[in-house]
Amino acid sequence: MATLDKLQAKFPGAFTTSSFRDNVRVLVNAAKAPTVLFLLLKFLKEECGFDMLTELGGIDYLNYPNATDRYCVVYGLTNTATGERLWVKAFANDPDPELPSVVELWNGANWMEREVYDMYGVRFTGHPDLRRILLPAEFTAFPLRKDYPLRGYGERHNFPIVTRAES
Amino acid sequence: MALTNLLPDFMVTKLDALASLLRKHSLWPMPFATACCGIELMATASSRYDIARFGAEAMRFSPRQCDVMIVAGRVVMKMVPVMQRIWLQMPEPKWCISMGACASSGGVFDTYAVVQGIDRFIPVDVYVPGCPPRPEQLIRAVLDLQEKVQKTGTIDAREFADRTTYEGPTPLARELAPEQAIVAPGDYRTATRLRPLPLA
Ligand code: SF4
Repeated sequence: MATLDKLQAKFPGAFTTSSFRDNVRVLVNAAKAPTVLFLLLKFLKEECGFDMLTELGGIDYLNYPNATDRYCVVYGLTNTATGERLWVKAFANDPDPELPSVVELWNGANWMEREVYDMYGVRFTGHPDLRRILLPAEFTAFPLRKDYPLRGYGERHNFPIVTRAES
Repeated sequence: MALTNLLPDFMVTKLDALASLLRKHSLWPMPFATACCGIELMATASSRYDIARFGAEAMRFSPRQCDVMIVAGRVVMKMVPVMQRIWLQMPEPKWCISMGACASSGGVFDTYAVVQGIDRFIPVDVYVPGCPPRPEQLIRAVLDLQEKVQKTGTIDAREFADRTTYEGPTPLARELAPEQAIVAPGDYRTATRLRPLPLA
């Protein structure tokens, strides 16, 4: 893939690649991601024609065989001129998973980054408005993390009881 | 004139029974439809099933104008303060129908966000099982409710103030020790968030 050679020349040693069928991924590990990720995505957008962010999602690799970093944020890019696709996976680790925000490059990333923050607790530095998007603001846990119990920590029982005498 | 001549023209009853008779045949539902059961609730109001035959067709979207809340669908944690607020806004006398497995018990959604039965937080008069219940079942619930309305009659202020007992199921054992649980919800009285945000 010509893009990968271009990327290799621009960011030598900053990433590794893998592929599955026709699916090409660029992997940026947790040590490199804070400095490299934003520049890499910017390069892909401005120099390589990957102008559309089709997807942004999170993964928790806790207890996953052979995983080295815990959190992953996946950026699905599309080149609208050629129809090429590319996946960029950036990793982050506890205790403060943090990645640069790409809202500056793609405005559509705004709510998707908020959702990843809501569910996994990955903070996006430079995000204009990083608040919870689905869960109530006073929720303290990040429920899609693998170590969060399915039934929660009892948040759902934590409401006042209204009896018939009140109205 | 003998008294017997008058008999067909009047009937002796309690004013209370008369009030209940009128009340039960004119229930105004508040459709609190949060999920798929709401579709079945709409079907019940359609001409095919015609809940109007039982005097409960006037669905109002303002709680101030309703006297029976039909909770149709799963209620999530974020919705509970809303539901309680709507319930409190309805004027007395009022009743509640919990429609479907989700509203009654959480159904298949035993997860951190879904409340395991609305009766844990507001009083419920009639439960309708099913996923979703058929319109006939909801009509049956309305009939049951009518029976309950007739039996209960009008209650006075003192009786009203006495109804402080919790009628729901025994509280679920916490999945974790109490010190591990967090305090999450907002306050239904003001619908504002009382507690400081723990996220830095
Ligand atoms: S009981 Fe079934 S139909 Fe009703 S809200 Fe739950 S899942 Fe949907």
